[in-house]
Amino acid sequence: MAGRLDAPELPDFDILKRLARDQLIYLLEQLPGKKDLFIEADLMSPLDRIANVSILKQHDVEKLYKLENKMVQGVSDQLCFLVRPRIASVKHVAEIVNADKASARLRKYKIIFTPQKFFMCETVLEEEGIFGDVTFDEWAFYLLPLDDDIISMELPEFFRDYFLMTYELWKEMVEDSENEIKPRQAEIGRVFFLDRDVDYVTPMCSQVVYEGLVDDVFRIKCGSVDFGSEVTSSNKSVKVLLNSQDKVFKEIRNEHFSNVFGFLSQKARRLQTQYDKRQGMDIKQMKDFVSQELKNLKQEHRLLSLHIGACESIMKKKTKQDFQELLKSEHALLEGFEIRESTSCVEEHINRQISPLESLRLMCLLSLTENGLISKDYRSLKTQYLQSYGYDHILTFANLKQIGLLTEQQPGETLTAVESTMGKLVTDKAVGKLTDAFSSLARKSHFRALSKRLNLIPRTEEEYDLKVPRDMAYVFSGAYIPLSCKIIEQVLERDSWTGMEEVSRLLNNNEFITIERSMDAGYSCNVQRVILVVFLGGCTFSEIAALRFLGKEKGFKFVFVTTAITNSFRMLESLLES
Amino acid sequence: MAFVTANWNPLGDVFYRKFNLYSDWKMKEDLSNCLIAAAPYAGPIALMINGSHKERSPSLRPIMEIYSSSGNRIVSLPWKSGQVVHIGWTTNEDLLCIQDDGTVLIHDIFGTFKRHFSMGNEVLQNRVVDAKVFPTAYGSGVVILTGAFRFTLATNIDDLKLRRFPEVPGLLRPPTCWAVLMQDRQPKIVLANGKDVYVLDNASCTSVIPPGLGPQVCGFTQIAVSFNYKKLALFTDTGNIWMGSSSFKDKLCVVETNFKTAPKQFVWCDRPKSDNPTVVGIWDKVLVIMGKTKETIKFYQDEDVHLVPEVDGVRIISSSNHEFLHEVPPACQDIFKIASMAPGALLLEAHKEYEKESQKADEYLREIKEQNLLFEAVQQCIEAAGNEYEPEMQKSLLRAASFGKCFISNFPPDTFVKMARDLRVLNAMRDYIIGIPLTYPQYKQLTIEILIDRLILHRLYPLAIRICKYMKISELQGASRILAHWACYKVQQKDEPDDSIARAINHKLGDTPGISYSEIAAKAYECGRIELAIKLLEYEPRSGEQVPLLLKMKRSQLALLKAIESGDSDLVYTVVTYLKNEMNRGDFFMTLQNQPVALSLYRQFCKHQEPETLKDLFNQDDNHQELGNFYVRSSYSNETTIEGRVAALQSAVDEYNKAKNEFAAKITEEQIKLLRYQFRLQKESGKTYLDLSLHDTVQALLLDSKHKQAEQLYKDFKIPDKRFWWLKISALAEKQDWEELEKFSKSKKSPIGYMPFVEICVKHRNRYEAKKYVAKVSPEQKVKGYIMVGDLEQAVETATERKNENELNIILSKCTAATDQSIVEKINRAKAQILKK
Repeated sequence: MAGRLDAPELPDFDILKRLARDQLIYLLEQLPGKKDLFIEADLMSPLDRIANVSILKQHDVEKLYKLENKMVQGVSDQLCFLVRPRIASVKHVAEIVNADKASARLRKYKIIFTPQKFFMCETVLEEEGIFGDVTFDEWAFYLLPLDDDIISMELPEFFRDYFLMTYELWKEMVEDSENEIKPRQAEIGRVFFLDRDVDYVTPMCSQVVYEGLVDDVFRIKCGSVDFGSEVTSSNKSVKVLLNSQDKVFKEIRNEHFSNVFGFLSQKARRLQTQYDKRQGMDIKQMKDFVSQELKNLKQEHRLLSLHIGACESIMKKKTKQDFQELLKSEHALLEGFEIRESTSCVEEHINRQISPLESLRLMCLLSLTENGLISKDYRSLKTQYLQSYGYDHILTFANLKQIGLLTEQQPGETLTAVESTMGKLVTDKAVGKLTDAFSSLARKSHFRALSKRLNLIPRTEEEYDLKVPRDMAYVFSGAYIPLSCKIIEQVLERDSWTGMEEVSRLLNNNEFITIERSMDAGYSCNVQRVILVVFLGGCTFSEIAALRFLGKEKGFKFVFVTTAITNSFRMLESLLES
Repeated sequence: MAFVTANWNPLGDVFYRKFNLYSDWKMKEDLSNCLIAAAPYAGPIALMINGSHKERSPSLRPIMEIYSSSGNRIVSLPWKSGQVVHIGWTTNEDLLCIQDDGTVLIHDIFGTFKRHFSMGNEVLQNRVVDAKVFPTAYGSGVVILTGAFRFTLATNIDDLKLRRFPEVPGLLRPPTCWAVLMQDRQPKIVLANGKDVYVLDNASCTSVIPPGLGPQVCGFTQIAVSFNYKKLALFTDTGNIWMGSSSFKDKLCVVETNFKTAPKQFVWCDRPKSDNPTVVGIWDKVLVIMGKTKETIKFYQDEDVHLVPEVDGVRIISSSNHEFLHEVPPACQDIFKIASMAPGALLLEAHKEYEKESQKADEYLREIKEQNLLFEAVQQCIEAAGNEYEPEMQKSLLRAASFGKCFISNFPPDTFVKMARDLRVLNAMRDYIIGIPLTYPQYKQLTIEILIDRLILHRLYPLAIRICKYMKISELQGASRILAHWACYKVQQKDEPDDSIARAINHKLGDTPGISYSEIAAKAYECGRIELAIKLLEYEPRSGEQVPLLLKMKRSQLALLKAIESGDSDLVYTVVTYLKNEMNRGDFFMTLQNQPVALSLYRQFCKHQEPETLKDLFNQDDNHQELGNFYVRSSYSNETTIEGRVAALQSAVDEYNKAKNEFAAKITEEQIKLLRYQFRLQKESGKTYLDLSLHDTVQALLLDSKHKQAEQLYKDFKIPDKRFWWLKISALAEKQDWEELEKFSKSKKSPIGYMPFVEICVKHRNRYEAKKYVAKVSPEQKVKGYIMVGDLEQAVETATERKNENELNIILSKCTAATDQSIVEKINRAKAQILKK
């Protein structure tokens, strides 16, 4: 997949990291002397990417603690807390401070809120009676570059808070950070903002590109992954940074999994020949070889064996019959064939207690593609699920319903919707006939209509060669082009939303606003082709791979900003209630 | 132009000149009967008529008058407060009137009372004897001398911190003279008590002796501190003047005068970088300039005058004249000194001849050029232009400079351009209407920014804006800021209706960048014009900015609306919290009810902090679905006893029923049933069953071989057959109870087919048992079954029977060349046969 040669350069986002680090250090220095640092659990990984332990130690951080329910007192006379502006976190801090008060211990406390402080945090501190005992600061750490082209806000809870609770505290932050991103002498030509609820289908699909699979199986956290003993074939687990610095990973991350193994073995062979060069070297050559090439080879070797191990482990888990069948029924759902079979397949899945999240995912996919489950299925699947995994999931279902992932079809709803639109489109006379025609089709969900309109499902007659992908569908084995990515492709093709009115209507009254910025004369056309895509509520590696593919084909460079990297499991987990 | 030097008076090597700042200056008042204060940097002049202590006739009320430096009376009003001891101007041109009771009243230049403060309680008894206002690094300071002869001082009147200075030993009457000094940003007081001189600061009182003064001196009667606090002059009872550094370390000179009495006023006439220490004193009607040399310059005045020291000279104010006295700046001296051959003088001459079209111009030019001094000549002319007060003179000097410039290649234009611009500004300021006769050195010292501020203070908005534009000051610093100030002033105009003011402001300001309508609105609110403030807020494009003021004005509903509009949830939350404390609960809930964003935000908060409030919220909303969910949640997280949990769930059932959610109600009822059942089981068996799902409960029972109970649950909860079969076979296989499994398989027709039997046996590595079930597997899956148990031969047979090439291929892929040779052959044969047909 060699990209077009005229692809523009990406802006350098590393500066964001440096800025964040400098600011953090400055804040730490504001509390001179030895101090303990309490870090909120989900800030640990992001912090690690910004400033590692030795940097923190250089700035008088005595001990590091994870801020959790467990009571930890710390040793220093100064405590510094690095937290998200959440009520729960503030309450933890309050507990620690109040415990000190109870034991008459005098200490200095400082809370650093990141990326900003909310008024309610102060209210909580006030209610807990420690407002005057602590000082605050804000660490404006909004954006973490995970890779050359991925920037994450590391706000996984944004999805739940925003789409479920319509709790918009983070919203403003997202908007703020957008301003920061636009550098003064524009390096980015276009910006897309995508709400996750525009496309729930894509993240509910099983991922089959390598990076996505690794994420599904091993959970990539903040750009790095812990490969356990089954991968490393030793009893140690290894933490690996997964980004374009890893030469092996760089080449396979966007590949369909079926190609990865072949690629890796090829690579292994090539490595071997490079090792073999040693034979027949004289001493000087050998010296050069050892001093220069060997290190690289060793490094590459190490990575290669890790990825091969990961592949094996994935294969073991995923290439069983089950997975194949699962994919098959997923594809059937996407295409809208054999709905009954798929439904019973899901039911069996639930009955056999194969995996609670997997079952939920399938139920959601079924609901999303069919625009809601028919009442009978909705009830029976839910009952089955509750029987399998416990009654408390009734709250989970309430959440899923509210957010629109798993809904009940309203009788007749879809039909009338179609009718009314038809009414708008054609003359009255034709409506009668058309209605008849439609009632035979009976149900027609929005996803179906969208899929048809946007050709999301490639024709199946010809075999899809996953080695030489012809479109973005390759990220789902040629069965489906991610809706989110397709919308972007279409807009870029037209250079506007015109002609997409029908699509936007089908996307449930989501409003599309285009803000045209007058292009300066000095606006180079290269800048025009650097495109920022902002996913509010998370994006998946499959979507990233698909757009990277599109970029290579069309000579665009995409930069991804997301509230967090997500996948079906993370999304569903965030909606679980237990 | 010989007349230029007409008003020059030599003193040693240098000249002093005195000229009128405004020709038609007239002040009605007789200054002798007044307290007078003029602000430095050509600032306004304040008079307290009849205020003078001694000659006050009790029947007359004092009158406060404020004049511009051009003599325009800005305001005149009767003084209604107490006895004023001293008046003085602050650095931002506020007038301080210090009363004998220690109260200090602050008025702006329009005489509007701003505020007052007190110099401490101690003063009340002792009264204030004397006071001074002085500029400091922080703003303006005030010092008073009390009747107990103690000094109390504040360094910054805007951040009042009173400091009582230590006692001066032996001071039993007021000091003969005293002055304030600033050294290292610390205020000090120099005072003379007879022949003793002391320096007082915060903590100590140090006695000092001016170096180099003869022993015959018995007392110091006057003191003067230079404008920059660096130099000090003392007048002795012997008629000598000692001039030296204010640290008393160095002596500059000692001058003898013929006066034995102390001068009435005694000030420095200085300029930056001058090395001619000069003081001015007034004895009766004589004004005397005294420097290093023996001779002095004397001017006879026919009326009382007041001296105002400036950074580069002294302003002399009398009822009929407003004059400026200063040392003639070097550049002017060079050019205009009689018979001067300085390059600038020659250039001016050359230009004059050039205008006359005389060839002498060339001669003069040559003379300069021969000395290679043309550059200096131009510089001199430019500099001199800055120091001349008359525009005509400035013009001719600049013209000469411009003329000279033509003969120099690459003369950097900026000095000339800058001077021309600065002069234009200065001349505009000196205009009679404006009345700020700044000199060039004063202007440089003051900076253009402060000058703009002063214009704003004087409400000269149009001029300020024009100057900003002319001087190319950024919109934000200049025009916008001025407009904002104008608007803040505009809202105070009480006689205009709200509507027209709001419109006028918006008309003028529009969307000028850097304008904050909310700030203007805040000002309107301060003036008590709430309606106007609200109207102005409407123009504020950033909703977020509107909120704090709206809250302050108690328009909380509107604030909530605006907060929501702003999209800043933090702000919404701020308003919500405010409302919560402000309103009664019912109204508060009603308000939230209409604002979904605020409501969900508050719910989130309640979820963590006040779960009961959350319930109330749902209740008020008749949101039974959410109430049901609420009870379910609390049955899991809050209740610990089985009764409590069941009761919570029962409430949930009720709510779900009210919400017409039969499904949820039914399923909840079942959960109650299950809970009770589990509880019973737990009591009977001592094992934990609570909180297992139905599936897990049955499984646990099956694993414990409690088949009867399991069956019971199966019936009671209508567990689907399929699930029960899955459950049962996996439990039996888990227990390796193969006999029971076989029995079960025969109990009735399996609803899940027989493939699961095969699978589960294989999973538990029992191929023998698995094989038993393969035969029963449906034809479509049979091949798969055979492959699973490893019976490839049978698999091939079945596939051949079914004539299914696909299946054959699958089998083929499972074959290994070494061991399954015969099977491979069979498959190939079968495939060939299928193909034939």
